Parts: sequence; structure tokens; C-alpha cells
Amino acid sequence: MLLAHLSPLAASLFSLLAIGSLLLAFVMLGSRWLKDYLLAFMVESWLIAALSGAVGYYGNYHELYLIAILTALFRGLVLPYLIWRIIVRLKVERELHVILQPSSSIVLGALLVLFAFVVSNHLGNALGFGGTVVVLALTVMLSMKLIGFLMLAVRHEAISQVLGLLILENGIFLGSQILVPGMPMLIELVLLFDLLVIVVSFGVLVRYLVEHVGSTSSRELTRLVG
Amino acid sequence: MIETLSIVIVGSPLVAAALCAACRHARVAEYANLIASFVCVVAALSLACNVKDGYRFLHDYVVVDALASWTLVCTALVYCLASIYAVGYMRLLAEERERLPNFYALFALFAATMIFGPIMNNIGVYWIAIELTTLVSTFLVGFERGREAIEAAWKYIIVVSAGISLALLGTVLFYWAGSLVIGPTYDMTWDTLRRAAPQMNPALTQMAFLLVLVGYGTKAGLAPMHTWLPDAHSEGPAPVSAMLSGALLNTAMLGIARFLTITDAANSSLLPRTVLVAFGAFSLFVAALFIVKQQGIKRLMAYSSVEHMGVLALGFGFGGPLAIAAVLYHMLNHSLNKSLMFFGAGNVMRVFGTKDMGEIRNVWTRFPVTGALWLAGAVAITGAPPFGLFLSELTLMRAGMASSNAWAVIVMLLLLIVIFIGFLNHFRAMYFEAQPASVAQEINRKVSVSAWMTVPMWLALVPVLVLGVWWPQDLWRFFEMVAADLGGVAR
Repeated sequence: MLLAHLSPLAASLFSLLAIGSLLLAFVMLGSRWLKDYLLAFMVESWLIAALSGAVGYYGNYHELYLIAILTALFRGLVLPYLIWRIIVRLKVERELHVILQPSSSIVLGALLVLFAFVVSNHLGNALGFGGTVVVLALTVMLSMKLIGFLMLAVRHEAISQVLGLLILENGIFLGSQILVPGMPMLIELVLLFDLLVIVVSFGVLVRYLVEHVGSTSSRELTRLVG
Repeated sequence: MIETLSIVIVGSPLVAAALCAACRHARVAEYANLIASFVCVVAALSLACNVKDGYRFLHDYVVVDALASWTLVCTALVYCLASIYAVGYMRLLAEERERLPNFYALFALFAATMIFGPIMNNIGVYWIAIELTTLVSTFLVGFERGREAIEAAWKYIIVVSAGISLALLGTVLFYWAGSLVIGPTYDMTWDTLRRAAPQMNPALTQMAFLLVLVGYGTKAGLAPMHTWLPDAHSEGPAPVSAMLSGALLNTAMLGIARFLTITDAANSSLLPRTVLVAFGAFSLFVAALFIVKQQGIKRLMAYSSVEHMGVLALGFGFGGPLAIAAVLYHMLNHSLNKSLMFFGAGNVMRVFGTKDMGEIRNVWTRFPVTGALWLAGAVAITGAPPFGLFLSELTLMRAGMASSNAWAVIVMLLLLIVIFIGFLNHFRAMYFEAQPASVAQEINRKVSVSAWMTVPMWLALVPVLVLGVWWPQDLWRFFEMVAADLGGVAR
């Protein structure tokens, strides 16, 4: 297994990139502006692309270079562009009603990271990877998952929810680059394509929301209960 | 042979979808979809007759085994019934006339994705297939473009995408667990993981399974992840509701059943099975609560789907040949019966012009024949004899008594009785209670229920009745074959 004997330089590079991505998830939690979310997501995708490249270089998985390029292109440019177009058309610039102030959500996010660390540390020890970059990768993967769910729960704007979902995806993708770099490339390519379809579908739905509900805030979606 | 049949069964709805999208003519689209659905039924049935051990092709990406072909039979039957019904039902929506080709294109595409899922041998591709079903069906749920329909579609895509991303995480963890045994690169098929399972780390396997269970459980409508289900089922057009309930939920349950075989092979099945049984029992509980208090006619049917998915989860959780046989029998009966219920609900909804059960009265005088069919369906869906669901639920309880989770059988029995009373009480009111003076009866005389809308109800009820009095010997043999693949009881 690649991760058990990494050179210290590679391990710290992986850690740096993973932690950078996690920090960007916190940027999203701490802001109310949709453009900030988008920018954070974009940079996060670039960091993940860099991570793919680094894993490919240090682990001799040459097909990961292609994945890195495609990640930067799709997750880092195409998806943000599509979402940016929706934001521009919507004329909504920020979350108007917050359930949880940005500061409180950051604190909550930190607690979630703590929880993720406890779980990953336990799992890492059980597998004999205690103290390696594996634990970090698992922690980042689970925390981004939990932060994504937190965003879905406390944000109302349609765009925030879409970006929340994309953080969930990014978290998994990041984790899988470190944990299972040998994953068949076909799967990763199809996943990228799938993501594109998801975002396009969301774009269409957001347009319907504007047309038929007259708002893109989930606060207005309260007709169906019981 | 099997290869050709599989290509036909996936290809025919795809061709129909392409044709609908290309020709933009409502009648052509109707019939293209209808013909494709008939082809699917024939292909699925002959596939089920010919299937032996799992047959793999396309570099192991496709597997046609007994379980997959059974799910395909259920899916194809519902697709066919819903296509017949859709012809009549969609013609009633006069304002949507121009968009009918779109509807049928999406409808056929939805069927294709649901057929595609069960035969995927690679757990990553299976995940993608399930995700695709969500994306396509979202637009079917929101097809009528009303405020409620869009709300339902939005909730559906957000809740299910978020849920199913957990399944992706679980899938990655399964792959990781396998890679620690086999090596970094391998084809992540069900078989490879099953073979590697005995050496996998139990903690990791269990965590991965729980993630997968919550993920696909969201899609299958297990409580408490069922929140999207009543909205999507009640707001989509009736044929779409039937497809969602009778076909889509099964496709996701199949994934859970297959992942269970991996944890079984890893000798750590007690926790996974107990959690699955707990989800099943909780689904029954939630369904019972909401069925008793329900007001919307299609929401009533939707909660009944939550109930029946709970029953399936209980059955897979119990494990063992008898439970597997009961679950598969239940799957078929539920698919047919729930289609019947949604068709009836669609007819009533169109004629009375409301979804509120409080305003639907004297159904019997309005529909003497189909009313009787619908009522018989309601009796059947609550698990009363002499219909198929009674037989499958009874067998399932018998199997459950022998398992390590026998407590769940008692819970199931009590909740089924509550559901029986609650569900049929609504029907009693709709059929026999007099019109309250406050509600003016505005029966829409212009809407006439055509033969397109009643024939599929017959086609659904008759098999449910036949299966209730006669459990064919060949089916037993078929179920034994599936049970040999799935096997396993809690250890």
C-alpha cells in the first residue's frame, strides 16, 4: 500500500492540500455571499486536482494526471461557470435569512471535524494506520461530508444547497484520491460526467423554481407536509 | 441468448425515448413507449425463464442473475401497466398536449435507467445508475409544473442526492477495504468483494455497510430517510407515481440486498442485519402513524409504499431461504398492487378534481366497476386474504420467527393491524359515507375514464388474486436459486 511508506515530503504535501480543502469548506460556512461560496468551491476543486497530480506523481499512478486535468477543468472551471451563470440570472447575492449565524456554524463545523477525527482515528487504529496520512484523509473526507450536510441544513438558497451537495462530492473525491488511488479510471470519469449532469439538472430546476414558485429559497417550499 | 435479451430489454426503452424526442408527435410517442414496454415485459420474462447462474458479459460489467432478472420482471411489468395507463391519463391533461413527447421520452428513459441498475455488476456503476434514475425522474415528478410539483421535485433531488452521496462514500470505503486485501487496482464487482470479504477489516466493512444502507435506504424510502417519498409520489402524474413506487424502490432495495451478502461473507452480519430490521420496523411505524392521519389520497398510497419497503427491509434483514422467497414474492405482489392503487387514485383524482380524501365521497356510485377493483386492491394492499400480499407477509413472519430478530415479527404484526384499520377506514369513508353538506359536489362530468385507464387495473388485480391462492412451484425453485446467491442469516 502506497500510504504506509510515504516520504515525509509527500506526506506533508498531501496533508497540506487536504487541510487546505477543509479550510475552504469553512470559508463557505463562514460567509453569506453566494459568490464567496462559489469561489471557495472553485479553489477547493483546484486543490483537489493538485492532490490528484501529487498522488499520481508520488505513487506512480500515471492515469491520475489525466484525472487531475479533468478535475481542474470540470470541477474547477465548468461547474463553477455553470453555477455562476445561474447566480447572475437569479439576482440573489446572499443568504437573506440565516437559521444559524456564520460564526455559530463555524463553531458547529469545528465540532463536526472533531467528531470526524474521533471516528477516523478509531478506524485508522483498527486498521493499523494510526498517525499516518490515512487518518487525515479519512478525517477530511468525513468532515467535508458533515459540513456539506450542515450547509444543506442551515442554508435556504437553492444555490447554497447545490454547493452543499457539491462539497459532499468533493469530500468523497478527495478522500478517494488518497485512500484508493488505484480506483479504475472509468468510474472516476463517469463520476465527473455524472456531476456535470447533476449541475445541469439543478440549473433547469432552479429556473422552474423561479418561474413557478417565484423564489429560490427553500423557506417558500412549505406546501407539502404530513 | 441472455446477452441478446439484456440488450433488447435495455435498448427498447432507449430507442423509444430517442424516437419520442425526435418525432415530437404525441400519438407516435404514446405508441412507441407502449410498444417498448411490451417488448420489455416479454424480454424480462424470458430472461427470468432462462437465467441460471449469474451470467456475466461486457468485461464483467453486466451480470444477469436470478435476483436481477426478478427485479427486472417487476420493473418491466410496472412499466408496461403504467404505459398503458399513461395513454389514457395523459390525454386528460389537455394543457400539456404539446409536451407529451417530452413526457414519454423521459418516461421511457426512466424505465431504461431502472432496468440498467439491477444488472450492473460493478458497485460504482450501480451507484451511477441509481443516481441517473433520480435525475430523470425528477423531471417526471415536476412535469405538471405546478407550484407543488416543483416543490416536490426540488425536495426529491436534494434529499435523494444528499442521501445517495452517503452510498458513494460507503462504496469507496468498500473498495478501500477490498484494496487492503487484494491490492490497489481491481474491478470492484460484487463477486470480487464477496471473495475478499473474509479478510476485510470488520469495523471498516460495517461502517461502509451502514453508510451504504443509509444511502440506498434513502432511495428505497426507508424511514426516517423517506421524507422525499410522499411529496414525489403525490405530485407526479399517476403513471409516474406507479413507476416510482412499484419499480424504483425495488431497484434500490436490490443494492442493499447485494451489499448484505458482502457483510455476510465478512462474518459480521449481525449488526448490519439488525440495523436493517430496525429500519424496516421503524418504516412500518412511521407509515402507520401517517396512514391513520392522512388526508391526501396519493400521499396515503405513498405512505403505504414506505410500509411495504419496510416489510422488504425486514425480510432481507431476517435472511434465510424462506425469508428471501417471501421478500421476492412480496416485491412482485407489491409492484402490481401498488400500480393498481395509484391508477385508481389517479382516476378518482381526475374525476373529483381533488386530492383531498375529505372531498371524495360516494366513489361506488360514480365508478361501479373500477370502484370495486380499487376497493379490492385496497383490501389486498393491507395484506388481507385471499390476495398475494397476505401470503407473502405470512411467509415472511414465519421466516422471521426463526431468525435472531424475532421481536420484529411482533412489531410488524401489530403495526400491520393498525395500518389495516387506518387504511381501510379511509376507503370506508370514501365509499360509504354520505357527502358532507359543507362540501359542494363538483364532480367533473367532462372527464371520462377511458378503457386505457381501467384495463391496467384489471391486469394488475387478477395476478395479485391468482398469486394469493396459488404459489406456483416453479417460483419456489426460482426463489431457491436467488436464496442460494444471497443466502445468509444473522450470525
